[in-house]
Amino acid sequence: MLNLKCPNCEITADETDLHCDGQAHIERFGTGASDDDLETYLFMRHNPKGVHFERWRHVFGCGKWFNVARCTVTLEVFGTYSAQSLVPPKSLINKIKKKRPEWEGFVK
Amino acid sequence: MKRYSAFAIAKNALSYHQGWERAWAKPQMKKEYDAVIIGAGGHGLATAFYLGKNYGITNVAIIEKGWLGGGNTGRNTTIIRSNYLQDPSAAIYEKARSLYETMSQDLNYNVMFSPRGVMMLAQTEAEIRGYKRTAHANKLQGVKTEYIGPQKVKALCPIIELSGPRYPVLGALWQSRGGTARHDAVAWGYARACSEMGMDIIQQCEVTGVMQSRGKVMGVQTSKGNVKCKKLGIVVAGNSGHLAEMAGFRLPLESVALQALVSEPIKPCMDVVVMANTVHGYMSQSDKGEMVIGGGTDGFNNYTQRGSFHHLEETVRALIETFPMVSRLKMLRHWGGIVDVTGDRSPIISKTPLSGCFINCGWGTGGFKAIPGSGWAMAELMAKDEQTGLGAQFGLNRFQEGRFIDESVAAGVAH
Ligand SMILES: Cc1cc2nc3c(=O)[nH]c(=O)nc-3n(C[C@H](O)[C@H](O)[C@H](O)COP(=O)(O)OP(=O)(O)OC[C@H]3O[C@@H](n4cnc5c(N)ncnc54)[C@H](O)[C@@H]3O)c2cc1C
Ligand SMILES: [Zn+2]
Repeated sequence: MLNLKCPNCEITADETDLHCDGQAHIERFGTGASDDDLETYLFMRHNPKGVHFERWRHVFGCGKWFNVARCTVTLEVFGTYSAQSLVPPKSLINKIKKKRPEWEGFVK
Repeated sequence: MKRYSAFAIAKNALSYHQGWERAWAKPQMKKEYDAVIIGAGGHGLATAFYLGKNYGITNVAIIEKGWLGGGNTGRNTTIIRSNYLQDPSAAIYEKARSLYETMSQDLNYNVMFSPRGVMMLAQTEAEIRGYKRTAHANKLQGVKTEYIGPQKVKALCPIIELSGPRYPVLGALWQSRGGTARHDAVAWGYARACSEMGMDIIQQCEVTGVMQSRGKVMGVQTSKGNVKCKKLGIVVAGNSGHLAEMAGFRLPLESVALQALVSEPIKPCMDVVVMANTVHGYMSQSDKGEMVIGGGTDGFNNYTQRGSFHHLEETVRALIETFPMVSRLKMLRHWGGIVDVTGDRSPIISKTPLSGCFINCGWGTGGFKAIPGSGWAMAELMAKDEQTGLGAQFGLNRFQEGRFIDESVAAGVAH
């Protein structure tokens, strides 16, 4: 079972207390955007085999959203951080790079 | 290839069954092929089979990183039905179901297709309306299916508890020609037929890169060296996003784990397949007597081919209300597969931004039933290099055009 630390209330919660809502940092587009941009925003997903940044919600806890960096192959959790961040924190990126030298780095 | 028959069994008995030949060859990979298919699951093998059978293209390699049929094809719960809602889906799933009826004869391989009937329970008012709508749509599409009341449900499946209390059984969508088949045999039967046509099935060989030049596919890099090809078909289910990344494009899907489990074998007690989509569980009985049980997908992106324990518990717990006898069963084995789920719950059979490269994916939690129809459509796409025929509506462009094939209702738990 996955255990994630909610950065909002500092509680380490079980997977059953949480809800995952997929890829984080998706750039949003509105009316007037190109077909390509709208398609990318609404449907295209990174879906990597490896390091993944995603949105989770502490549903049966504080109820707030946060972001997680996790490996989709080993289920290793690299860290959690505020949902208010537009990109993952530098320190977290460096930590992942150290563990996974072959990782391509954060891409949107 | 020697034909399988009752006579062949009798003949081979005389030599203590030591004389059977291998079902498929173990060739060395050549330097170049007319077409390379990545992934020897049901869909990849069926694609190769129909490339040969319908279009005479037999200079084909099917490259598989593990063993053939070891992906979702060998991990699924084998429910076969064709009563989907939208026209393009009903067409391809019904084509597949009808091909299943004659598959054992066509391949000279017993795939144990068992049209025992599939029912999807209506346990809420919304489900009743949804299934009646599907039944009407199916009538227009020429797909045989009907909406039945609770008494008929009970008659068809006596071990069901109709009265709830949480979710009483109010009716069901019933397809009497739906059923199950032996999953491994489907892969093995196609593999034998492809091998017979002279195609090379290369196992234990992982594709690690896609070679391209000026927007056109040139071949693939593999763990056993490079191989050139004129046409490339990517048919790798849960690994589609990974392969697409190698080829330089993204897909509108995500990979998640889907689990299943079987009980200890018990005496025959249920000769239909029952799906309960509101509580997210479904069940059938295998020929060995095991109750085969599955549910919904796990909640997050995953490539590990195993899921969370609590999800199994939820699935079984949900089924107990409708099937009280489940509470007395010991569960024997459980496993998971990685399924590729699209936004509209429909598959992708499509050209890609890379010329000469085609993709067949997005079957998600319900593509076993589609294997022959999908192979038929994918072979047509690859042979003609044109988005036409059964797969015409399943192109990648439907997401940009807002032309969804929405099966999120009809598919429910989606098997
Ligand atoms: C638990 C479970 C229950 C299911 N129940 C049902 C059901 O009841 N009814 C139904 O219709 N469907 C069901 N499905 C869905 C069904 O199993 C799939 O849709 C279908 O089997 C997909 O077949 P495929 O050939 O596309 O994929 P797979 O059988 O997964 O084949 C893809 C192959 O590609 C190979 N591959 C991947 N990457 C590479 C690479 N880089 N190089 C070389 N090879 C590679 C893999 O090893 C694999 O063998 C279920 C799935 C699961 C997991
Ligand atoms: Zn919290």
